[in-house]
Amino acid sequence: MTVSDFDSYRPPEPERRKRRGGKRRRAGAGGRGEVPVVPEATFASYYGQPVIKPPPWGSPIAIYLFLGGVAGGSALLGVGAQLSGRRELCRNSRLGAFGAIGAGSVALIADLGRPERFLHMLRTIKPSSPMSLGSWVLTAFSAAAGVAAAAEVDRMSAARLPLGPLRRVLQALEAPAGVGAGVLATPLAAYTAVLLSDTANPTWNAARQDLPFVFVSSASLAAGGLGMLTTAPEHAGPARALAAMGAAGELVATRVMKRNMDPVAAEPLELDGPGRLLKWSERLTIAGGVGAAVAGRSRWLAAGSGAALLAASALTRFGVLRAGLAAAQDPRYTIEPQKRRLAARRRAGIVHDSITTAG
Amino acid sequence: MNHLTESPQHTRHSGYPRKGFFTDTSICIGCKACEVACKEWNRNPADSQYELLESSYDNTGELGADTWRHVAFVEQNREHIEAARESGRALVSLGMPGIGPPGGNGQNLQGVDTTPPDTPDFRWLMSSDVCKHCTNAGCLDVCPTGALFRTEHGTVVVQDDICNGCGTCVAGCPFGVIERRSDGVVGTKSERDFTPGEQAGTHNVGVAQKCTLCYDRIIDGQTPACAQACPTTSIKYGTREDMVDTARTRVAELHAQGLTEARLYGANSQDGVGGTGSVFLLLDEPEVYGLPPDPRVPTADLPQMFKRAGLAAAGMLAGAAAAFVLGGRR
Repeated sequence: MTVSDFDSYRPPEPERRKRRGGKRRRAGAGGRGEVPVVPEATFASYYGQPVIKPPPWGSPIAIYLFLGGVAGGSALLGVGAQLSGRRELCRNSRLGAFGAIGAGSVALIADLGRPERFLHMLRTIKPSSPMSLGSWVLTAFSAAAGVAAAAEVDRMSAARLPLGPLRRVLQALEAPAGVGAGVLATPLAAYTAVLLSDTANPTWNAARQDLPFVFVSSASLAAGGLGMLTTAPEHAGPARALAAMGAAGELVATRVMKRNMDPVAAEPLELDGPGRLLKWSERLTIAGGVGAAVAGRSRWLAAGSGAALLAASALTRFGVLRAGLAAAQDPRYTIEPQKRRLAARRRAGIVHDSITTAG
Repeated sequence: MNHLTESPQHTRHSGYPRKGFFTDTSICIGCKACEVACKEWNRNPADSQYELLESSYDNTGELGADTWRHVAFVEQNREHIEAARESGRALVSLGMPGIGPPGGNGQNLQGVDTTPPDTPDFRWLMSSDVCKHCTNAGCLDVCPTGALFRTEHGTVVVQDDICNGCGTCVAGCPFGVIERRSDGVVGTKSERDFTPGEQAGTHNVGVAQKCTLCYDRIIDGQTPACAQACPTTSIKYGTREDMVDTARTRVAELHAQGLTEARLYGANSQDGVGGTGSVFLLLDEPEVYGLPPDPRVPTADLPQMFKRAGLAAAGMLAGAAAAFVLGGRR
């Protein structure tokens, strides 16, 4: 930093090393291979250190986002099949919904810092916390899906479950439980988008308008895919239709979402690992969606399309989660959009709401 | 804000005034006594391997689960100093409300002489950062267990025995302050007690941790450890009202000396987080110190997000209904 006559004798300074797992990157120059979509603007930062922190959410959370969507969509298929008398689709969807939510809940608990305290999620109801509301939705949904699935298992095993007098209770509760799971299915599929958007994370927060639409579409196509995979084609018509609509919905919603976002905040969705995940998700969505639309009675085509759609949904969730985690590592994504919106407000004559004041 | 966001007004019945810090970075000498005092008092574990971070004299890095005070060091040359002075002057001429000391007149700094006495070729910015204890706290709003709560002193504190480490607050904080403690091992209650002369065990592992504004000290009428240890009174502690008044007086004083780069951070109750409990006097743009230039509590937009999610959910329901109509042929 000092300037003296002897500076010319000094050997060139080596490039700064990355430390702490790449936490302290130089501002704007993250050493990534791809060229950023938006030209790099100059901005000041504190030694390239991130302003916000990424939440400690690893792969289990992405798996939960995926499985929660599968469970919600499957419960919807289940209640539709229940009301329209499609036995096979109803059975498979109910089992799918309970299996997915069961595994998803385990993933969710595994990611807690203190898993033994997971029941603390239910010690209060807090409307300002999407995680709190979601925990209640998840709990109620799991109970309803569990009853419906238990009734199916009992029927499949020809009433061999050791239920005794409870069998009658189970049979009486089966239909209301199926409907109940269907009612809670859409909040279950949509709340995770609010959970991600209701944060200071620049990418997730900038996506707040349209992320719920991406997530419910992803849930629909995944559940449709699961139905196509598990149910004979002659009974899986609604699953194919749901999958095709979900695929179309996700392709549109993702584009609208990116267009409505601040271009800098949207960048992590297109760069590096998360960008590749979302690109592959898009390809698989197109392939699976077309497959669902044309599969008809072909069992193998339907199964292949269904698997592609499930994979596409999982990739979407991993991509969105990791894009946010990546955005938190680079101060540029926090500082640039904030500076821009502050400057825009000042240009518009709004000066009363700045955190920095002259006095 | 909206009806969902929490704020210190909710605990007005406590009868205690809201407490806060005023960190005057213009008199910080970078001694890090606040960091040491904080770690000692709160028995926070070491936060990393001892390493040199190549960021001036700052080898602490950032605020986190184990670091509740962090002194930032920024080295600037004449060019930076002049830019800072210019951006501060622009801020003044925006004509924001509340310029000048309380009760004083607003001043026009267009004509103020900013040439030396002391425009140096080089300066060090030193600033002791801390949890902002926001008026509308993002971490508190999104906490699902109620572990984060508003104390009777208007501060935001984690209840160690309630938090289950879900990590939502980490994402909810616009300042990157709160973090889940991950290092060390879980100790039983008896192991967590401190034995003089021995290394204390790491406590509260897996739980979100941040500055408590020394809740255990202020309920006893004591000053928080960092403010107590600060040798230059750069860290001041008191009721938030007093802190804001002191800050306004100080910034006017610096402006009158021609130091137009001085500005306040967090004193405005109409900003995105409703004003902060910890007010700062900065000598450059906030991002230079690693602070966000326009933070906004995420729950401010939550009602709108719920509406969009409701619309999406309705769309999904309609889609499923349509699927049974379209896929109706068996």
